[in-house]
Amino acid sequence: MPGKLKVKIVAGRHLPVMDRASDLTDAFVEVKFGNTTFKTDVYPKSLNPQWNSEWFKFEVDDEELQDEPLQITVLDHDTYSANDAIGKVYIDIDPLLYSEAATVISGWFPIYDTIHGIRGEINVVVKVDLFNDLNRFRQSSCGVKFFCTTSIPKCYRAVIIHGFVEELVVNEDPEYQWIDRIRTPRASNEARQRLISLMSGELQRKIGLKVLEMRGNAVVGYLQCFDLEGESGLVVRAIGTACTLDKLSNTSAFLPACNSPSKEMKEIPFNEDPNPNTYSSGPSTPLKNQTYSFSPSKSYSRQSSSSDTDLSLTPKTGMGSGSAGKEGGPFKTLLRQQTQSALEQREFPFFTLTTFPPGFLVHVGGVVSARSVKLLDRIHNPDEPETRDAWWAEIRQEIKSHAKALGCHAVVGYSESTSICEEVCILSASGTAAVLNPRFLQDGTMEGCLEQRIEEASPPGCGFCHIPYDELNMPFPAHLTYCYNCRKQKVPDVLFTTIDLPVEAIVVGKGCLIQARLCRLKKKAQAEANATSISNLLPFMEYEVHTQLMNKLKLRGMNALFGLRIQITVGENMLMGLASATGVYLAALPTPGGIQIAGKTPNDGTYEQHISHMQKKINDTIAKNKELYEINPPELPEEIIGSPIPEPRQRSRLLRSQSESSDEVTELDLSHGKKDAFVLEIDDTDAMEDVHSLLTDVPPPSGFYSCNTEIMPGINNWTPEIQMFTAVRVSRLSNINPTNQTLNKNFNDLCENLLKSLYFKLRSMVPCCLCHVNFTVALPEDELVQIAVTAVAITYDKNQALQASKAPTEKSQQRASTDNEEQLQFPLELCSDPLSSQPFSPAKEVLEGASSHTGIPAAQRATSVDYSSFADRCNSWIELIKLKAQTIRRGSIKTTTSLEKASPLAEGYLRHRSVPSCTNSTVSVVKMTPLSFLPGAKITKYLGIINMFFIRETTSLREEGGVSGFLHAFIAEVFAMVRAHVAALGGNAVVSYIMKQCVFMENPNKNQAQCLINVSGDAVIFVRESELEMLPVQPSTAAPQPTSSAGDVTT
Amino acid sequence: MWGHLGTPGTRARPAAGMSSDLDVFVGNTTLIDEEVYRLWLDGHSVAEAVARRLRGGVLEREGTSVAVLQSDTRDHYRTFQMLERLLHAPPRLLQQLLFQIPPERQALLVQRYYAFDEALARELLGKKLSKGTKKELDEFDNFKRVFKAVEELRGPLAENIQQLFLLPPSLARDYAAIVFFANSRFETGKRRLQFLSFADFAACAQSMMGHWSQGALAPEAAEPDGDLPKSFLQDLKELKVLVTDKDLLDQHKSLVCSALRGKISVYNELEANFKALSRALVNVGGKLTHARDVRDFFVDLVEKVIEPCRSDKWSPGDLRLFLTQYTAAPRNLPGFRHQALWERYMAAITACLLRMYHD
Repeated sequence: MPGKLKVKIVAGRHLPVMDRASDLTDAFVEVKFGNTTFKTDVYPKSLNPQWNSEWFKFEVDDEELQDEPLQITVLDHDTYSANDAIGKVYIDIDPLLYSEAATVISGWFPIYDTIHGIRGEINVVVKVDLFNDLNRFRQSSCGVKFFCTTSIPKCYRAVIIHGFVEELVVNEDPEYQWIDRIRTPRASNEARQRLISLMSGELQRKIGLKVLEMRGNAVVGYLQCFDLEGESGLVVRAIGTACTLDKLSNTSAFLPACNSPSKEMKEIPFNEDPNPNTYSSGPSTPLKNQTYSFSPSKSYSRQSSSSDTDLSLTPKTGMGSGSAGKEGGPFKTLLRQQTQSALEQREFPFFTLTTFPPGFLVHVGGVVSARSVKLLDRIHNPDEPETRDAWWAEIRQEIKSHAKALGCHAVVGYSESTSICEEVCILSASGTAAVLNPRFLQDGTMEGCLEQRIEEASPPGCGFCHIPYDELNMPFPAHLTYCYNCRKQKVPDVLFTTIDLPVEAIVVGKGCLIQARLCRLKKKAQAEANATSISNLLPFMEYEVHTQLMNKLKLRGMNALFGLRIQITVGENMLMGLASATGVYLAALPTPGGIQIAGKTPNDGTYEQHISHMQKKINDTIAKNKELYEINPPELPEEIIGSPIPEPRQRSRLLRSQSESSDEVTELDLSHGKKDAFVLEIDDTDAMEDVHSLLTDVPPPSGFYSCNTEIMPGINNWTPEIQMFTAVRVSRLSNINPTNQTLNKNFNDLCENLLKSLYFKLRSMVPCCLCHVNFTVALPEDELVQIAVTAVAITYDKNQALQASKAPTEKSQQRASTDNEEQLQFPLELCSDPLSSQPFSPAKEVLEGASSHTGIPAAQRATSVDYSSFADRCNSWIELIKLKAQTIRRGSIKTTTSLEKASPLAEGYLRHRSVPSCTNSTVSVVKMTPLSFLPGAKITKYLGIINMFFIRETTSLREEGGVSGFLHAFIAEVFAMVRAHVAALGGNAVVSYIMKQCVFMENPNKNQAQCLINVSGDAVIFVRESELEMLPVQPSTAAPQPTSSAGDVTT
Repeated sequence: MWGHLGTPGTRARPAAGMSSDLDVFVGNTTLIDEEVYRLWLDGHSVAEAVARRLRGGVLEREGTSVAVLQSDTRDHYRTFQMLERLLHAPPRLLQQLLFQIPPERQALLVQRYYAFDEALARELLGKKLSKGTKKELDEFDNFKRVFKAVEELRGPLAENIQQLFLLPPSLARDYAAIVFFANSRFETGKRRLQFLSFADFAACAQSMMGHWSQGALAPEAAEPDGDLPKSFLQDLKELKVLVTDKDLLDQHKSLVCSALRGKISVYNELEANFKALSRALVNVGGKLTHARDVRDFFVDLVEKVIEPCRSDKWSPGDLRLFLTQYTAAPRNLPGFRHQALWERYMAAITACLLRMYHD
């Protein structure tokens, strides 16, 4: 009996009129937890009842505390008939179960009814008293903290990153039980909401247990999803990364950063990230691997496990196997072994993080993905969900082997998803193969010398780009060159990853959102035949998606993709593929060549003419894009670039996937030749269409940028003005005789129009960037496509942007210093505007000392700007490298100067900050963002995870404004309920917000519609940096980068 | 129940499928487009609003498409429709949790929603608001809503309105005037009153409430400000003595005339018309106890005071001097014991006349 839950019902307001005769309501409240129910008195004849109840006390064990939601039902008392329910509030009390989060939940909650929506509000106070030692009760995992954020949350430091945790629970879906035939829709919806809430609690508790077993105390990057499998049941599954986190509040431990001689201190590394999120880490090679990774072939059958095909690919580059090539070789092997030992005891060395502590990510191999098609069958015994477990285990195994094939022992930026249509389910997993620094993975096993070597071997600005696999024994054909940054290691020509851009990455120009979109018709079929045809289509879709991405990337003159997410959605008569990623130009990788079109019938004159016309258009587009995204990499003379690497093929042919046979697919050659050599061979009309469609992507209107990662490469002066939004569209793709081409075009138009519409809506925020643009595609019915987009628009300061682009070092410099600030831990004292013109105070020097370690990337950034100027004087690699080394040193000095020069910005900022914030509204403002940080603000506390599931249904669709009116209101209600819960926890923002599911169904004939929405995020308290500065102690440190524009904002 | 619908065999799947395309945008902070709000308030349909926005040149400025504009307009219209319920009780807009709207935007929403066309308001002045005569007009609904909300409330009308509807003070005063006129049912529609604007009447209403209502004397008044206090109106009959008692009338005249001699340009006319003017001024008040006579308040003032003065070419300054002396003089009349009442009465009358004395 280790816990006592206490609940007090204070008051209600704006209740609906339940008694038509009196225009009033006789309301009372039932408070239910587990099997215990309390009631308040009836407060007669009022729409604003004041119950002021006693404290209702529930004595429960902590397992129950974790699983059960608190259920509050508001009813209208009726003497003669049954009491009418007004609505309910479910409160997840999990945030009260760990000490560092919230201590009380208190506030106004919307009273929600699945048929009527929000009906007034209720004021509730909830507290929990925990007894005993929590950890003695092994069935519970109270105390394990959960974060949706896919990086180490600010205000924490990662002591150890343990690794992957996963769990799933299954149950029957109440909507498909026999009783559903006789109960009301309301009862059915509520049964479902309650069940999912219970299952989420149970799942979280079980994951928590696993974390405790691993000796961790937190889950980061926690992602929980539902699979609505219809008749066969309801699956709730979750993945995350177990960590041991340390709260950064007793600073002293970290202070020594600069005085302590120890190596670990010197690197400062691990501490987590100060700046919310700005960190991300690295990507690597292209999707290359990806082609291998789908294993659709036989996996659809029920028991069978999949893919033999891919396994055959793996052996070539098993760990430690390869001959050590060139300089990196022996080291790599050593590193590999080390990492291996750290990782080998883990079944799946996967990490759901997308942003990492500096130094964590050593190399990135490329995207690995696996899909499998399954037929759903009824889950007979919910307590033993082996089938689903086995399915996922199979996929993960495949991912693991793909990563091995890339010479990597870990997968980062890992995620899983499903798409279900009737009884067919596609399971997908993807991530980025990577080599990690073992230091963070284990206690105490750090070996100094090895670390040293790592540092030397991989400069942070480009190290992650260096190939982890053995170049003489490559898992796939690729074109390698020496790194354009350090010249020491090999890099691929293109790099695709699922993670965020590492903070330290050296980038040229700005990034942009790149999407590949694809539809494929499929015959309607049943069961196995259906699964087979889907399996057969998948490889072609993956291939085409990949080709489109590659083409679009080249068209923008860029060479790397971050945050890549490919969704394949299955419908009754088609499959849709939507890939989103953020393209950037990494200075370490070679300049991408253009796109050349080659005609197949060179004799035809008009055809030739047409081809050359197209070619010109493509070239023009590339030129325009380079200007738009400010891609002006330093030019390197050819002889320097010329690498000694044998080149298998200078120009590779791209086979179009139409050319059948899955055997061929595995042989696809995805290496895209040299600099100038990306050839599109036009061998049929489809190809022509493809070229046309390439050119239809319209760049965003001026003043807008967009990306699907946390931060936009090349923009660093955010203002605090943000707008998170969700947009949903359902559209009919085509009417009669759809073909793949018309579908593609329609789908493409749908996405482009949606983006256009967003730009228009948000035009008042210009200059602005849409960050974390997240598209989700569903196929609710024949030919109907539903697209849901959630993103955040952030205004940035244009003037500062200009300056910043001149001094690209600033950003990382600021970030680095932010880190230090966090480590130093007197946040209030130190976090002043770093840019403020105060000259050198001793503190500042300390910081700078520190940043010269963490801030290496900054230095390199600076160098990357100017080394071309002397590059032509170099005749050999060695000379160049030497020179470069010098420049780096010089560069870091320069960086310091630029920091001081930046003070004009600070002045501007000071001017602004006196702008009073307008707040006399009675409702506290809660910000929401899909990002893990708030620009211009500092997160001071994480209050707990928000994970909410709602169902809304109507039987008067027309009266509620049709489908749009219905969904508009529902989404607004969901936002309102999320905000209310956050505010009741004492928070003022939700970060890492995500809408994981939005399932919409309608039956216009019956005037009915139903929608399910599942959202999650982290409730936090943030403090405006400008407010922090108002505090008396004037600091002398660098403030986190977002600050720089803190003031503009609200004006 | 959706379980059944969702099962392939049983789910009704009409050929039409989706009845309409779904297209929504919801921001965590509710987007309010002022231009679209205005169009919505003006009662334009989505199609009309789109057409107007097109004419405004937004397409060229933003390089967007008509479809985008339509989608945007629909989103805003839906938002406004959902907000409208809250706008009917603005304090709820502040407390509600559904839409996160910055306070200054909330104020703008309310202010624009309750703004009205003065020409229309002028037309409706004095008409009954409790029953819908002009249902189609949103503004009329606003008048009715405000009227209903404050009808039974005590205390200063304008302040009550300001509190209940969160309107800016000047707008709240205008609403108070409308409520006041609706309560007292003053006639304002006669042809000879046409030269008076809404603002004129609003100013008169304000003066009358300011000087005559109970709230003006005691904050915790028993009667709503919108009604003139019965006892006061009853008392006004006592003033008739000024015109019925011949001695008093003569003395009053001589006091005023001696005070104004040489000071106003229309002295002769004043001397000639004093008794008629005085009778008119006193009787207007005396009639206020009867609902039917109340209606004629402004008609009487215009017909019996303003028009005669105007035809004698009194300047506004003349009128002001006259009214000042006319109000002050009875203090020196032996036997007149109602000076306080008289001054309270005349304060509003003077303010009204001066406001109304224009072409």
